[in-house]
Amino acid sequence: MTAAVIAAAPREPSYLAYRGRYSGILGWIFSLDHKRIGVMYLIAQAVFFLVGASLGVTMRLQLMRPDNHLVQPQVYNALFTLHGVIMIFLFVIPSLSASFGNFFLPILIGAKDVSFPKLNLMSWYLFMIGAVVALMSLFTGNGPPDTGWTFYVPYSIRTSTNVVMGLTGVFIIGFSSILTGLNFITTVHRLRAPGMSWFRMPLFVWALYATAWIQVLATPILGITLALVVVERLAGVGIFDPAKGGDPILYQHLFWIYSHPAVYIMILPAMGAITEIIPTFSHRTIFGYKAIAMSSMAIALLGSLVWGHHMFVSGQSDVADITFSLLTFLVAIPSAVKVFNWTATLYKGSIVLEAPMLYALSFIFLFSIGGLTGLMQGALAVDVHLHDTAFIVGHFHYVMFGGTGFGFFAALHYWFPKMFGRSYSDKVARLAWGILFVGFNTLYFPFLILGWLGMPRRYYTYSFPQFASLEMLSTVGSWILVTGILLMVGNFLHAALKGARAEDNPWGGVTLDWKIPSPPPLENFEQIPVITQGPYDGFEGQAPR
Amino acid sequence: MRYGASNTAEAVNSAFLFIFITCVALLALITCLMIAFVIKYHHSRHTQVVNIKGNAALEVIWTVIPTILVLIMFYYGVAGFRVMRVGPANAFQVHVTGRMWSWLFTYKNGIQSDTLKIPVDTTIKTVISSQDVLHSFFIPAFRIKQDAVPGRENHLYFKAYRVGSYDVMCAEFCGLRHAYMLSKVEVMPKQAFFDWYAKNKPKELPKVKPGASRTAQLAARGAQLVQLKGCTTCHSADGSKKVGPSFKGLYGSMVTVATRGKTRTVTADDAYLRRSILEPGADVVKGHLNIMPSQKGLLTDEEAESLIAHIAGLKGGKAEQ
Repeated sequence: MTAAVIAAAPREPSYLAYRGRYSGILGWIFSLDHKRIGVMYLIAQAVFFLVGASLGVTMRLQLMRPDNHLVQPQVYNALFTLHGVIMIFLFVIPSLSASFGNFFLPILIGAKDVSFPKLNLMSWYLFMIGAVVALMSLFTGNGPPDTGWTFYVPYSIRTSTNVVMGLTGVFIIGFSSILTGLNFITTVHRLRAPGMSWFRMPLFVWALYATAWIQVLATPILGITLALVVVERLAGVGIFDPAKGGDPILYQHLFWIYSHPAVYIMILPAMGAITEIIPTFSHRTIFGYKAIAMSSMAIALLGSLVWGHHMFVSGQSDVADITFSLLTFLVAIPSAVKVFNWTATLYKGSIVLEAPMLYALSFIFLFSIGGLTGLMQGALAVDVHLHDTAFIVGHFHYVMFGGTGFGFFAALHYWFPKMFGRSYSDKVARLAWGILFVGFNTLYFPFLILGWLGMPRRYYTYSFPQFASLEMLSTVGSWILVTGILLMVGNFLHAALKGARAEDNPWGGVTLDWKIPSPPPLENFEQIPVITQGPYDGFEGQAPR
Repeated sequence: MRYGASNTAEAVNSAFLFIFITCVALLALITCLMIAFVIKYHHSRHTQVVNIKGNAALEVIWTVIPTILVLIMFYYGVAGFRVMRVGPANAFQVHVTGRMWSWLFTYKNGIQSDTLKIPVDTTIKTVISSQDVLHSFFIPAFRIKQDAVPGRENHLYFKAYRVGSYDVMCAEFCGLRHAYMLSKVEVMPKQAFFDWYAKNKPKELPKVKPGASRTAQLAARGAQLVQLKGCTTCHSADGSKKVGPSFKGLYGSMVTVATRGKTRTVTADDAYLRRSILEPGADVVKGHLNIMPSQKGLLTDEEAESLIAHIAGLKGGKAEQ
């Protein structure tokens, strides 16, 4: 350890050690440094994830047996609403974009910070204020919202629970997302290092760039929609409630015009991180750079045109159903292209199976299941049966947890040594991965079968004997999964406090993040680098340790 | 060759089968390739990396083949969907009404039923709507589902292949008792069905005749209405505890309610009961949630009166709650 300290001595102080105008906690919450802001997002998201996961585990306990009454029905309805709201708006929408994006976007393009550092800090504040408001709906008014995270009208207008407060929270969080997107777009356009042309940008940056456009273009629609629900609840204006002359299908259109692209806000950055990890641990260049970059943009574009596939049985016209089904199948193609490119990148590489790579490979497997089950739902006739059943819940968790969640864990294992300058135990990390992977599939695969058998979602309890054994299996899976999560969290906490000092480039990566110290100095680069080659060209002749 | 419980089940199953087999094959391909590469090119065996940046032919192939596959899937999906959406003009029509939290099936001759009785081998056209919030009419065995949306009518065609009893569920979250909003489809032999259909001409609700026993007549109507309007889903007649307060011993009793957040005690008289039916949120009984949908516009004055008369008749003995 002392050797490392001495070696580090002549360097600039790291962003963790740097002392500005404020110190202690104030030095963080008033910091304009993109890395500190990224870490603050990371901590907030991790906390929300653990809260959301506990709610999920409680739901599994309730569904463990038929005719179970562990919690009251009203409590269960609040549980799945809060689990959804917290996981979606406070964990997977900011996902890797807010945390790892903030930290690594400037570094990967050779910049000192994002374009608007103050706006960046404000985005974090908006996120936290929105989160607090959303969570306050738990303890105030007539109890927590019980509408599901979709807030479908007319129920959301008629229920007496604290829907307005919850919506206000989500509305505020939306602004955080829009402003972060704006910041990232400007940063990518204006702050790339000399020589870094568009096609020399790392693919994580491409993914963040595509995501940022969806954030800027789609999020305002959600804001307006939720504001209209609030207006309808408080002022009684008939926009969505048919009893007042409104149209409930209109609400579904507006909600999904945002919330379907939002799924790509959630998954694209994770795909980007996977695209960084696979070449590094295969020690070779990425296969099909341009195809991956363009597929990110294609997903962002096509993904904005498929929202109606959430409404095949809502009563929208058959023409709309057929059109949306076709577009939905088309958006599958760029995702498939990415999967093939990742797999091809393994070919003739020199593969090291450390924790980040295990997470990345399992991401491909789990995301493939998520994507392929999506095809089943994209087909009109099949979706009529599967819609609003446990199958959807299973599909969604394969994409969002198996995809974004495992992508998040992959990124965390990949960049943790860079971000905090500490090493975690690879042995424990791999063990935790194994438990997580087994637990995940035990928990969510039964959902797919249950849905095909006809188990609807959002059911407080059930008397049908045909569901009992699979529900039980799924609950056991949740216990395994939680064990894995706790082990992983413990491993990181131990590393943060007592971990050995990390090398600057522990994995042999070639992008700019691995060419600066761990943890990075305040301004990332002593001198802005000049880029002369593609992002994954540095592997030539390099053999793994 | 028929397989499945209905023509819709047949269509969905065959579309699903094709997509399922294709997906399993694709997943197996990706997974096997990943595992094979990880083993073959593990750093302990393979250190001479080859930096292949791409392969135009390969990339075209793996874009075109999936495109063809998904277009076939799209076609199967649309073909199966037509079975549910397009039916003959002479299809047997049943109105399906969702409400918190029961299903009501209304036939053209006026019969109303809480289970869906249909003839086998006959195309049924369901016309689906809702009285309050969104519901979704779901028959898993037939692989069909359609949202019940207030203010509009959605359509769904199907033809049952086998006599039997199948589950009906609500698939769109609709509040507290969503999970209990269940019913059955009884698929009957044609003869048996049409016998039932002819014999069960809707019983005319007893007309109220002027005379001394007007209250008794109203109460008799009320007794039918509580079934038909779905009141008994939440309110018992024997004092047992359900979602809402029991009707037994309610009339004339002292009830603790919250009115605009303030707790007060009121007598359950005619005015109170009428208000509770038409504006359930005005006085919320202590220990119960404010979740009852307003019946304003769903009941005639006389029907409301009948319900009150029925509740008043269930006075006998104090409720044992």
